[in-house]
Amino acid sequence: MKIDHDYGVPTVAVHTSVFQWVVRSVARANGMPHMRQVFVPQPVIGKTSAELRAYVDGKDPITNRPVMQEVIEGLAAPLGEHEMAETEFERSTPRSVEPAAEEELNRLFRENRWTDQLPIILPTEERVAAMLAGTSRKPEEVVGHMRPTDFREYWEYTVEKVAVNAVMAGAKPEYFPVILALAASGVSARGSSTSSMASMAVVNGPIRNQIGMNCGTGAMAPYNHANATIGRAYNLLSQNLQGGSEPGHTYMGSQGNAYAYGSVTFGENEERSPWEPFHAQHGFKPAQSAVSLFTGCRATTFSLGLRERHWREHVRNMLRGLDPRTPPTLLLDPIAARMFIDRGGFKSKDELIAWIDDNARMPAGEFWDYQLAQNYIYPRATFGEEPWAARLKAAPDEPIQMFLRKDIHVVVVGGETNPYWRIMGCTYQKTVSVDEWR
Amino acid sequence: MAGNDAITVLNPVGYPPKVTRRSLAPRLDQLDGKTVYLVDCRFDDSELLLREIQNWFHDRMPGVRTVFKRISSNYLMDDPATWEEIRANGDGAIIGVGH
Repeated sequence: MKIDHDYGVPTVAVHTSVFQWVVRSVARANGMPHMRQVFVPQPVIGKTSAELRAYVDGKDPITNRPVMQEVIEGLAAPLGEHEMAETEFERSTPRSVEPAAEEELNRLFRENRWTDQLPIILPTEERVAAMLAGTSRKPEEVVGHMRPTDFREYWEYTVEKVAVNAVMAGAKPEYFPVILALAASGVSARGSSTSSMASMAVVNGPIRNQIGMNCGTGAMAPYNHANATIGRAYNLLSQNLQGGSEPGHTYMGSQGNAYAYGSVTFGENEERSPWEPFHAQHGFKPAQSAVSLFTGCRATTFSLGLRERHWREHVRNMLRGLDPRTPPTLLLDPIAARMFIDRGGFKSKDELIAWIDDNARMPAGEFWDYQLAQNYIYPRATFGEEPWAARLKAAPDEPIQMFLRKDIHVVVVGGETNPYWRIMGCTYQKTVSVDEWR
Repeated sequence: MAGNDAITVLNPVGYPPKVTRRSLAPRLDQLDGKTVYLVDCRFDDSELLLREIQNWFHDRMPGVRTVFKRISSNYLMDDPATWEEIRANGDGAIIGVGH
């Protein structure tokens, strides 16, 4: 779209057919509904040259017209008047839904994909007002902007809109400052990526105990009302306030992700951690409350304790199981955290992170051949971006670091029933104040 | 809340931005003798698909000059230098996204 409109070069975009709805809706939202787009069969990835030539020689599976005829027409067929128009139009969202019986409204919410397909609490005026009592902020105040992917437009939302989604999730008003902070982050829990990524939310500071969050046994599981409903609210508000999360249109995750029901939402076990709290590593004081957002949650690997003889090798094996684009966040039961101190002498999270950074390695040839490295890291390396450019110069057999130190993190969570620990492949986004939303 | 009574609930959907409709660039009167850039977004074997489109032009419309061009970084980053090159040296563009 940019080459065509901004640079004045007639352009045709070639996509695979499963993306027809999403690319058309992106074009509409960006003001170019008539962008000339041509489709070939899915998939392209992994196909031989002969198979791809057959795509090119064949027909567009959407229109059943020859692919190259459409390409040529896309470049050379004259524009219609509607393709040359430059206009503006508003879109709006009503404050309330047409009055109806409870059962009818529940059906409407499901059919409009405003739910996560599980029963919700209908957001009546009274319930939303009660939720709004959980903050000093005004209902009409703009909280932020969110979108499901880089190519879509940002949608805007107010405190009241966030409250509506918090009610639907079953949250209590005292949780509302955390939910507002999640909304204010602008980080969507419902990214549209084909990779089916989900999110993780880590709460730190006094708010954890004030609202009864679980940081111990079963913290990441559905055994605590605050953890469960805050996480669910984060997902509902993401899908509804960003303009949807609908398969084929605004969600393209091929396999989906069960983490997306409620993200992975919990409090760090600061009281049992041997190290500084996560939010204190990111500019907050321990006495302040904050929530930290991670995206790209897909891969998880786990282990039990750290064996004296081969713990280093075991951790390295776990790290090599991650894909190179998704860095590790270690989620350590407090016993496991202390074992890292006993075995490795890591007096701080930063010391452990430095060790992880140095030990997460694989042969350069293997690293660069990963599809995700090819898609996202190799282009940046060839663009000269360091340290990737230097790592690209390594011989194929030379072990190179898989990640960047700044992208590796450690969080302590768990109830010390056993020193189980896991590595979540995910990308830290930001830490947001909860106190500002009280 | 009685089950059959009509009740009013609030809409959970956010506010979309205003849409500004934008025009397309003028199209070419013909392709013969023109330069068409094949723009590789470097995503999921997009290069291989665009190479076959390039081969198609070579075989079926040899009067069209094609230039294969990879974007400078990954598809999430803007690439004004490449767009300027295409504007300066090209007449049209085919952009391939793979998948």
